[in-house]
Amino acid sequence: MARNPVTWLGSPTFPKAAKIALADTQLRQNLRKATGTIRGRRAAAVAEMTDWEQLRVAGEQIKDDVLSRLDTLLLQLEESVTARGGVVHWARDAAEANRIVLDLCRAENASEVVKVKSMATAEIGLNEALEAGGVHAIETDLAELIVQLGDDRPSHILVPAIHRNRSEIREIFQRRMGVEVSDEPADLAEAARVYLRQKFLTTKVAVSGANFAVADTGSIVVLESEGNGRMCLTLPDTLITVMGIEKLVPTWQDLEVFLQLLPRSSTAERMNPYTSVWTGVTPGDGPQKFHLVLIDNGRTATLTDSIGRQALRCIRCSACLNVCPVYERTGGQSYGSVYPGPIGAILTPQLVGDMHDPQAASLPYASSLCGACFEVCPVRIDIPSVLTHLRAEVVEAKGRTAESVAMAAAAWIFASASRYEKAQKAGSLARFLARDGRITSLPWPGSKWTSSRDVPAPPAESFRAWWRKNRCQK
Amino acid sequence: MINAAAREEILQRIRDAKVPAAQPVIRGYNQKGPGGVELFAERVADYRAIVHTVSNVPEALTSLQGKRIVAPPDVPEEWLVDGVTWLREPLSIEELDQADGVLTGCAVAIADTGTIVLDGGEAQGRRALTLLPDYHLCVVRADQIAASVPEALQRLEPTRPLTFISGPSATSDIELNRVEGVHGPRTLEVLIVT
Repeated sequence: MARNPVTWLGSPTFPKAAKIALADTQLRQNLRKATGTIRGRRAAAVAEMTDWEQLRVAGEQIKDDVLSRLDTLLLQLEESVTARGGVVHWARDAAEANRIVLDLCRAENASEVVKVKSMATAEIGLNEALEAGGVHAIETDLAELIVQLGDDRPSHILVPAIHRNRSEIREIFQRRMGVEVSDEPADLAEAARVYLRQKFLTTKVAVSGANFAVADTGSIVVLESEGNGRMCLTLPDTLITVMGIEKLVPTWQDLEVFLQLLPRSSTAERMNPYTSVWTGVTPGDGPQKFHLVLIDNGRTATLTDSIGRQALRCIRCSACLNVCPVYERTGGQSYGSVYPGPIGAILTPQLVGDMHDPQAASLPYASSLCGACFEVCPVRIDIPSVLTHLRAEVVEAKGRTAESVAMAAAAWIFASASRYEKAQKAGSLARFLARDGRITSLPWPGSKWTSSRDVPAPPAESFRAWWRKNRCQK
Repeated sequence: MINAAAREEILQRIRDAKVPAAQPVIRGYNQKGPGGVELFAERVADYRAIVHTVSNVPEALTSLQGKRIVAPPDVPEEWLVDGVTWLREPLSIEELDQADGVLTGCAVAIADTGTIVLDGGEAQGRRALTLLPDYHLCVVRADQIAASVPEALQRLEPTRPLTFISGPSATSDIELNRVEGVHGPRTLEVLIVT
């Protein structure tokens, strides 16, 4: 089977990548500033709502309902989209999805397509696949454009260029657009407007993702801020939308929950500037050809795991990234995937579906299990529980290792009081390695611990020994 | 039917996952809100849009004098005041791009979030009309203002092409702070008619 491009080829494991990222003080400064800003704003936007918890519960329940009858709802969506003049395509994996989109572009003789920011197309590596097939994809979301022009990789679900500050963005724009621009955010936004305007007005094919698809009406929903989405969804002749199969909601009414949860959770607004809803093709208004590509790419495998499947409730708001103490320090690229942060740590390994892949298997450990992600999640994904569940799977996949042998030995020692005391006595000898009450370097395998932290010197006498000597009435 | 094999396989994998039936959805959240013209005006203004409450539309259109303004085919005749160059359909993308602005009505508005919803219906035109001109003047009747998001969705027909507009075009992509003015209209002006 082909490897899933949801992780980037050749990415180091999380601890190795994190070590490099942590040394980058500029990156840490940029992330601290951006995540600090959005955390405060999100908290204020949520505090305004008296029914936030009820909305979260409803969001969770609607998504669980979708997952419990996904086959029926997908067929219903297919029927309603087709009835309104759209064409529905199904793709088992990334390669199949990319081939479908490339063929559709070729059928329109398109050498260029404009794109609305979409996690699904990033996940399947669509831009690279199109490029290889001779079709150039132009990212039109400001942050995606910064990443594309900077030959960079995304580091955040909502704001892929969150790791860049305004002066770095200015440098990229000047170099790649050949224009003089200040580092004022308003000027940078203006530069992007001018740069993309002609592309919007002349490109015939657009590619988008979808935030939601309404099964019973066939309506597709895209939330955005800049208007680049409206441009792509309105002006071209052909629109190709790529969507994960889990992005459904059963009815139009269900959107009332998500249109309240998503903007406040992601950009901390009461409502994002623009939301577009379209159903198939509308004569005389917008693209007259509409294709919907439904992708699996590891989702059905994720669905089989009774604990792990809740990751499929995710609506890609990125609130969990913004509150995560690990993400704030390591940045998104350390996760080696388009899905970074806490949700990435549970979604990516499941989509990869191979716990023998050392990079994917390192992701469930990219957490201190503090639980902040669960508290902010608008669809109540219990990320810490899924993390520990996946850690257990990683251990199982490893089979017999030095660690599992040591753990088995430890279990044998702990099982008997006399063996335990003997081990304590032997262990207390390690105090002779200590300087000032701390051991800074142990021989292997203890060196694996002391390479990153000290061990307090064990006391000369265990509590049990002390108790026997001083308190025991014999 | 396109790639039927993929379709069948995905559906079969879903069935094989045997996900148990879910609990019924409890909609314990608020269906209604305080609503009202004042709340709507306040929330629209929070997005740095310009808001006026007026009793007469033609009298409030003085700012359009001397401008080239797009008007959808079915705007009320009385809105087409003298002194303005009205651009009427059919209009090319280039003509829309070069217009000074666009004047429309709306389908529904939402007080709670300061949102205007267009559905291509009366006095709104097709979607490109309100996208390319850099200035959008939108007339909202007081009776079009729904209190909450749930109430607004009930009033809308989902199969029409819908655009929810909350303030002028903006981005949060630079250091996660909102900046107004990217690709959509950079100025949004709202006339609330009471």
